[in-house]
Amino acid sequence: MSLKRFFFRNRWDDERARELEAHLAIETDDNIARGMTPEDARLAAQRKLGNRTLVREEIYHMNTISFLDSAWRDLRYGARLLRLNPSFAIVAILSLALGVGANTAIFQLLDAVRLRTLPVRNPQELVEVRIGETSGGRTGSFVSRRPTLTNPLWEQIRDHQQAFSSTFAYSNVGFNLTTGGEARYAQGIWASGEYFNTLGVSGLVGRTLTSNDDRRGCQTPPAVISYGFWQREYAGSPSVIGRSLMLDGHAYDIVGVTPASFFGMEVGRTFDVVVPLCAEPLSRGARSGLDKPDTWFVAVFGRLNPGWSIERATSHLASLSPAMFKTTLPTRYGAEDAKHYLNFKLAAFPAGTGVSSLRRNYESPLWLLLATTGLVLLIACANLANLMLARATAREREVAVRLAIGASRGRIVRQMLAESLLIAAIGAACGAALAQWLSRFLVEFLNTDNNRIFVALSLDWRIFAFTAALAAVTCLIFGLMPAIRATGTSPGVAMKAGSRGSTDTRERFGVRRVLVVAQVALSLVLVVGALLFVRSLRNLMTLDAGFTQDGIVIASLDLRRTGIPPEQLPPVFESITARLAALPGVQSAANAFIVPVSGSGWNNSIVINGKKPKDAVVNFNSVSAVYFKTMGTPILRGREFDDRRDTATSEKVVIVTESFVKKYFDGQDPIGQAFQIEEPPGVPRPLFQIVGVAKDTKYIDLRESFGPIGFFPASQADGKDMSPFLQVVLRSSAPLATVTSEVSSAVTEINASIILQFDTMRNQVRESLLRERLMATLSGFFGALAGLIATIGLYGVMSYMVARRRNEIGIRMALGADRRDVVRMVMREAGLLLGAGLVVGGVMAVMAARAASTLLFGLQPGDPSTLAMSAVALAAAAMLASYLPALRASRLEPTEALREE
Amino acid sequence: MPKRGTPPIHGDMLQGTLDLLILRTLALGPAHGHTIAYAIERQSDDVLAVEHGSLYPALHRLEDRKWIASFWGTSENNRKARYYRLTPAGKKQLTEQTNRWDEIVRAVNRILRPA
Repeated sequence: MSLKRFFFRNRWDDERARELEAHLAIETDDNIARGMTPEDARLAAQRKLGNRTLVREEIYHMNTISFLDSAWRDLRYGARLLRLNPSFAIVAILSLALGVGANTAIFQLLDAVRLRTLPVRNPQELVEVRIGETSGGRTGSFVSRRPTLTNPLWEQIRDHQQAFSSTFAYSNVGFNLTTGGEARYAQGIWASGEYFNTLGVSGLVGRTLTSNDDRRGCQTPPAVISYGFWQREYAGSPSVIGRSLMLDGHAYDIVGVTPASFFGMEVGRTFDVVVPLCAEPLSRGARSGLDKPDTWFVAVFGRLNPGWSIERATSHLASLSPAMFKTTLPTRYGAEDAKHYLNFKLAAFPAGTGVSSLRRNYESPLWLLLATTGLVLLIACANLANLMLARATAREREVAVRLAIGASRGRIVRQMLAESLLIAAIGAACGAALAQWLSRFLVEFLNTDNNRIFVALSLDWRIFAFTAALAAVTCLIFGLMPAIRATGTSPGVAMKAGSRGSTDTRERFGVRRVLVVAQVALSLVLVVGALLFVRSLRNLMTLDAGFTQDGIVIASLDLRRTGIPPEQLPPVFESITARLAALPGVQSAANAFIVPVSGSGWNNSIVINGKKPKDAVVNFNSVSAVYFKTMGTPILRGREFDDRRDTATSEKVVIVTESFVKKYFDGQDPIGQAFQIEEPPGVPRPLFQIVGVAKDTKYIDLRESFGPIGFFPASQADGKDMSPFLQVVLRSSAPLATVTSEVSSAVTEINASIILQFDTMRNQVRESLLRERLMATLSGFFGALAGLIATIGLYGVMSYMVARRRNEIGIRMALGADRRDVVRMVMREAGLLLGAGLVVGGVMAVMAARAASTLLFGLQPGDPSTLAMSAVALAAAAMLASYLPALRASRLEPTEALREE
Repeated sequence: MPKRGTPPIHGDMLQGTLDLLILRTLALGPAHGHTIAYAIERQSDDVLAVEHGSLYPALHRLEDRKWIASFWGTSENNRKARYYRLTPAGKKQLTEQTNRWDEIVRAVNRILRPA
């Protein structure tokens, strides 16, 4: 049997008809020749030939793959039914699509961030080398996103290890592409020579970097650019090789382009350009970390030798550690720091899936979201089950009739199967489309101007298949259950059961009741979760951070290209700030070493009266005189800084916060008291006089509780290790664009090689709350969705119940029940289901919320008001949904209801 | 509709046999359905009366198995007719099935008329 014949069987049938006609014609001719009249001849011929239609049918069937044929017809029939009942189709398909799509999207992201290995050669052999468990912390300066080791340590590892076939170190950096004015950054990587070789990545065009490119003191180093940067900046032109690229004002020769799939070692990030590590001094100058044993700025990776395990590599590294740390011990370290440092042990950690800060921040939210979408899928399935059940039950009578007139049992089951499959297939297809859209939306959501992230997304077939199969199975089971049951009983009984009987059996309602209770319970969990996250975000947005968030513009200035020596920077900074403060659109301006909630910080231990107090670590900042006024932070006691009084030569002063006073002075008036900063022996420890107390403010992050902070006046700052970066906070009520253009032109007038960048305090706060916003937005969306689906489910069940009990209701009304009694009866029924659901859901919600407690702010996981609000909201929606069917029931005309049989 | 008067040999019994007879008839040369039906009747001295209609599913089946091939041609009395001819595979099949038939007949005869 060929498929060709199957598809062309109609043409084939015509052919047969012609052939039989020809047969008849020949026989008729013969009969006429035998002397019959033409009519008799034809009739005789027909008799001889037999039933032509039967013959054609027999051949037609021989050409038919009967399974395919009936399947096709069933599908068409199913599609027709769906079109006839679009609201059912839409609800079923939508709940499927949302369940499948949301799960697939979140899993896709989780897979990209957490589970997938790097797209490099044999990623399972890659390990990261860093300091294992430590007894004390590392000290020094920390630069880059993954400052795990120093360059001197990396050189030790490179030269002495035997565990790895090759090793590399890298650090990330933002390279400025412009030479003046507003900055434009390229995401750069400083990579040691064996970077590409170890990863097994070769150039898509040109070559990648080798050990020969990474020689100390390199002056015109080569650069390798990413595929994305190549497309964006050079439109993918092959002639890019040999072109020169300006990074931080230095020329690099482009020698190659990496493949599109390669994004470096950091999942969630990508890069624009890779240059050799030896080029680091070109950008950092005297602040270069290459020879500083206390500048932590590289991450080190290696590829295990064949046959070596992680454990073996770790013990090998541990045996090398004492010598390595001894050789690289920073001379500036005091006794305590040195003791910690010499005790450090290097260890190997698996790195086949790369490293990621995105992973650290978003892994648990993503798992939580996956759990959320899992619940959404369950609710959707329950809803689907309910819908399919309702529909199939309503068709029991139809099934009975068809059985009675001779349809085979298998045929009817197959037909229902086709209809369920059709819904499942359309739903799954919509789900796949939704997943793509949703995961891209999520990545866009996480992407901000200051924090570009990159996630390689692809449709994950495993999870899609899993969720789609789950949904399809739900569809099938509940679509078929009534069909199987109906076909199992004799048609006569089924027909009677379908039409007669004034109430319905408990058993039949049982499944649907359980489903609705489950839906209500699960959606309460999601609504509670959503409300917890939304309220956490609200708490964070509205809390008093200790400074005003609106109307503050942050201008970041990069003076590296001006060539001003560090000791001359303080007066330059002062004049720039003064100039900006005088701009017409600016009310006040102050410079700040650390801008609050920007993620950077500076801390140190303090010494009071020669003694180190308990918990001596204090956060510090260095600000100019009007900082407190500009930021709207009130000074509660004492005075503000004064540029004329607090000079480089006058007594060193400090302003501390309320928490500082509470912690170290028991709330006593600290004005006139003093403290020192702990310094290594031999380094002078100036005494800082406390001249003022400021209101508590947040420092690194809004989620922290207020901690002790000390503010030093910028006018007393030591110019010696001043960095050529300046941050100015500006208070202004003018539109942002006006302020930025005024500031830009003023700065350019002062010095055209200063590079500028703008942000607003409001935006910085928003970005620091990205995770909270993500959780609030998505859980809010899913919570609302779950509530909606559950409400639809309840509505469906109640309408169905009312429809099934028309007779009963009619009789009750005929016997004297009034409309209110009927409404009460239906509502009591709905209230029972709702109540059961809410009780079960409440218990589940309290348990589930504990898992999310670390992501909450300012409220407890079992917050009673949140629980109550969620329950009330859900109950209100559900009762409204049941009121409609109740109302419909009460409007029933008893006579009509009873007559209608 | 079995004919009365002639030995009623039921169509079902002829299932495999009819195929063999068709192949045999076509071994003499291409023919159309009408010719084949009469040829079988005549050559069996009218014992095997084929209901003409039942011939066509058999032809279809044989063609499906690629033992015979068909083409449109003109009949003796100038009518368009579909002609069938034996394919090489059909020839092989004819030899094999004829042998098999002989074996069956011998076997059945041994049982019916023990020597």
